[in-house]
Amino acid sequence: MLRDDIPGFPELGELEVLRHFTRLSHLNYAIESQFYPLGSCTMKYNPKINEVVARLPGFSLLHPLAPAELIQGALELLHGLEAMLAEISGMDRVTLQPAAGAQGELTGLMVIRACLKERGNPRRKIIVPDTAHGTNPASSTLCGYDVVQIPSNNRGMVEAGKVEEVMDEEVAALMLTNPNTLGIFEKNIQAVADVVHKKGGMVYLDGANLNALMGIAKPGDMGVDVLHINLHKTFSTPHGGGGPGAGPVGVKGFLEDYLPVPRIAKSNGNFRLQEDLPKSVGRVRSFFGNFGILVRAYTYIISLGGDGLEETSRMALLNANYLRKKLEGAYHLPYPEPCMHECVFTDRLQHKEGVTTLDIAKRLLDYGFHPPTIYFPLVASGALMIEPTETESRETLDAFAEAMGAIAREAKENPALVKSAPHTTPVGRLDEARAARKPVLRWEPTKKAES
Amino acid sequence: MRYTPHTAADKERMLRTIGLTRIEQLFDHIPAPLRERASVSLPAGLTEVQVKRRMGALAARNATPEGWHFFLGGGIYHHAIPSAVDAVISRSEFSTSYTPYQPEVSQGTLQAIYEYQTLLCQLTGMEVSNAGLYDGASATAEAVLMARRLQPEGRRRVLLSRALHPQYRAVVSTYLKNLGDVELVEVPFDRSGGTDIDALTKSADAKTMCVVVGYPNFFGVVEDLAPIQAACARAGALLVTVTTEPLSLALLQPPGAWAADIAVGEGQGLGVPMALGGPGFGFFTCQRKFVRSLPGRLVGETVDHEGRRGFVLTLSTREQHIRREKATSNICTSQSLCVLAATVFMSTLGKNGMRRLAEVNVNRAHETRERLAREAGLAPAFSGPFFNEFVVDVKGLARRQGRFSAEKILPGIPLARWYPELPDSLLICVTEMNEQEEIEHLVRALSGS
Repeated sequence: MLRDDIPGFPELGELEVLRHFTRLSHLNYAIESQFYPLGSCTMKYNPKINEVVARLPGFSLLHPLAPAELIQGALELLHGLEAMLAEISGMDRVTLQPAAGAQGELTGLMVIRACLKERGNPRRKIIVPDTAHGTNPASSTLCGYDVVQIPSNNRGMVEAGKVEEVMDEEVAALMLTNPNTLGIFEKNIQAVADVVHKKGGMVYLDGANLNALMGIAKPGDMGVDVLHINLHKTFSTPHGGGGPGAGPVGVKGFLEDYLPVPRIAKSNGNFRLQEDLPKSVGRVRSFFGNFGILVRAYTYIISLGGDGLEETSRMALLNANYLRKKLEGAYHLPYPEPCMHECVFTDRLQHKEGVTTLDIAKRLLDYGFHPPTIYFPLVASGALMIEPTETESRETLDAFAEAMGAIAREAKENPALVKSAPHTTPVGRLDEARAARKPVLRWEPTKKAES
Repeated sequence: MRYTPHTAADKERMLRTIGLTRIEQLFDHIPAPLRERASVSLPAGLTEVQVKRRMGALAARNATPEGWHFFLGGGIYHHAIPSAVDAVISRSEFSTSYTPYQPEVSQGTLQAIYEYQTLLCQLTGMEVSNAGLYDGASATAEAVLMARRLQPEGRRRVLLSRALHPQYRAVVSTYLKNLGDVELVEVPFDRSGGTDIDALTKSADAKTMCVVVGYPNFFGVVEDLAPIQAACARAGALLVTVTTEPLSLALLQPPGAWAADIAVGEGQGLGVPMALGGPGFGFFTCQRKFVRSLPGRLVGETVDHEGRRGFVLTLSTREQHIRREKATSNICTSQSLCVLAATVFMSTLGKNGMRRLAEVNVNRAHETRERLAREAGLAPAFSGPFFNEFVVDVKGLARRQGRFSAEKILPGIPLARWYPELPDSLLICVTEMNEQEEIEHLVRALSGS
């Protein structure tokens, strides 16, 4: 039953380990070292105080199966965060269980399904516009639904008429991102919601872009029934190189009973856990979700307060619109609508020299900037999706715009230079086809290393 | 504002560049009824000092191992974490970077994940590891979903051991119920605390999609995987093992040695603080032949145009951003920073350190169970072998909670809420953090009635 050895496992001194990981860290771009304008990712400053608070032993050393009366501080925090997120988003009730945005989507769709099922028919389809994040259709499938894709119009928006064409009594919900992935506010959202509601469907809002809306418009007022919020975007928790994040879900009051367990209830000043709720979709994650991330988001919200959050969205809009103005002319702007917190350009002007979005992205690395999100959304061919966030200064935006301008000139004068970029990074363009063709997914000792 | 750098002059100048005079013009295209109701009604912001006081007050109202005698496990474990771990994951180059979509400037994160995949394969004895999932419970659900992709439509019955973590069983049920075609069947446990092999062997047949067992299971018992694997092999079902305490695999024959098809679990025990159960990470390993059905991220080795070794995210045609509704999963995170913590943890302890730590856990837990039997008269509830957790029956457990709290002891996790058939059973976890003196407290607290 016992093993003798863990073959291949390291045998190193602590200093060797630290040097190794310190060296690796130097190979990364990060918000604290460079401007990181990834669209739809909201790469804002991750405040230091959040990290200090999350490491307090009274939070970091809690056990999830301790009796509720011995973790009252934690439960108060969770209960309070639910209420604050409800206020910010205009929803009635919030669950903090989902570990990430995609799990939030799945949870939200499960809630919708449970409610519709109780009404007699869980229905079969989810409508998703062509501008949606890939997680929307993937989550729909996982929840047992077929996906119906609808096109956005030439201004980048979903039209009520288009929804009406496909809306029927077998559509469970429409998933919408607002502002959408082009950074455009879906002005028709209330009309769209009416169409969906009239046929007994529900409106799901992908809240990935909530950073554009605080103090400007509340999803709860737009006819939205369910939404998820990415705490690692709007609420400043670090992305960590790919998680952990958190994806709380907000719902309108009539859906409260279907939220996942456990729920936190307050009575006589005490907080207790409710696990046995017959209408609930059940449990989507062990314990309480990503508590450490929830602590950071709570800290961020009370640090900024209501006014600070409103200013956050205003400055996010100011930065995005400023950058958009600075880049107009040098790059093609496929949708001239006013933008919110992000804007989308394409490589159309550079294409005639054979320079693509990928080349522009790689050349930006040489200028010391992380590239924008590329080739997304799919509706804008060769998209460069730029989200500066509110925590960047005018000087940084100017420097980025200058680099983008310089690359546009290089694309005309010396396209080979751009096409062979990057030239200054630790490694050059990597052979991804080879990685996928013959996957090498772990290190294995060679005969030589063993002897 | 604290986190926005704009001066009044900046704002004015930027607005002028855009061609506006007031900030509000940036959003006057939004319908007025929405704008009018949008104000965020929350208290004013706090200074850092105020924030620390307020959060400190909340933190002070929670019981931690610093003030309590602490014997809780059940899926989340209190282990010593070398200072080097937090030093590395606190580096902003790791913590404030995004998913490594631009590999030229993400080699740090990518190589660390590649090392993690290597270490996990070595620890579990499996051939392939992904980059990480949310937690052990959702990793278990993803394992069942993967079995559904791998098995023909005639096999849609899942045999779940009742000795598998109850919250994991609950999450599996939540994930599967909307797909409509999968039936979950519970297999009982026997007096050893392990899965009832006879019942399992009888249930496993040509309709069985997969068998899911804990290793060690929720009672801390190390399942005998040989007959379980044999039952799976005979029936043509896939064997999924679930490990909530990964440190145990430094000492036990790993799932790979028992020919498990998929081995998943919770990675928190490898250098991630308990934090009320999250964030940790789910680990997910499997046989190589299943790699194109894997959920989640994978890092692979390759070269750049000059032949230099480098790492990239690979086999991404499985994933949602390419395949959309046809993806193997909707997941697009890997709890990367927690995975990094585990990588540093395993690298720092190394093969000898991991083994020694596992031995300390085994020894203290076994010694504690013996003393409880000898000095407190508490018989073990189960006879099976165990790692660092075990179950004892304590008469009148429910009414003694108040006294435990008064004595500032958290002696274990009462099992009755999930197992009505075990009304007086207590799941006790003993790790390297429990010194002799604390174990004596436990024996005293559980003595008498």
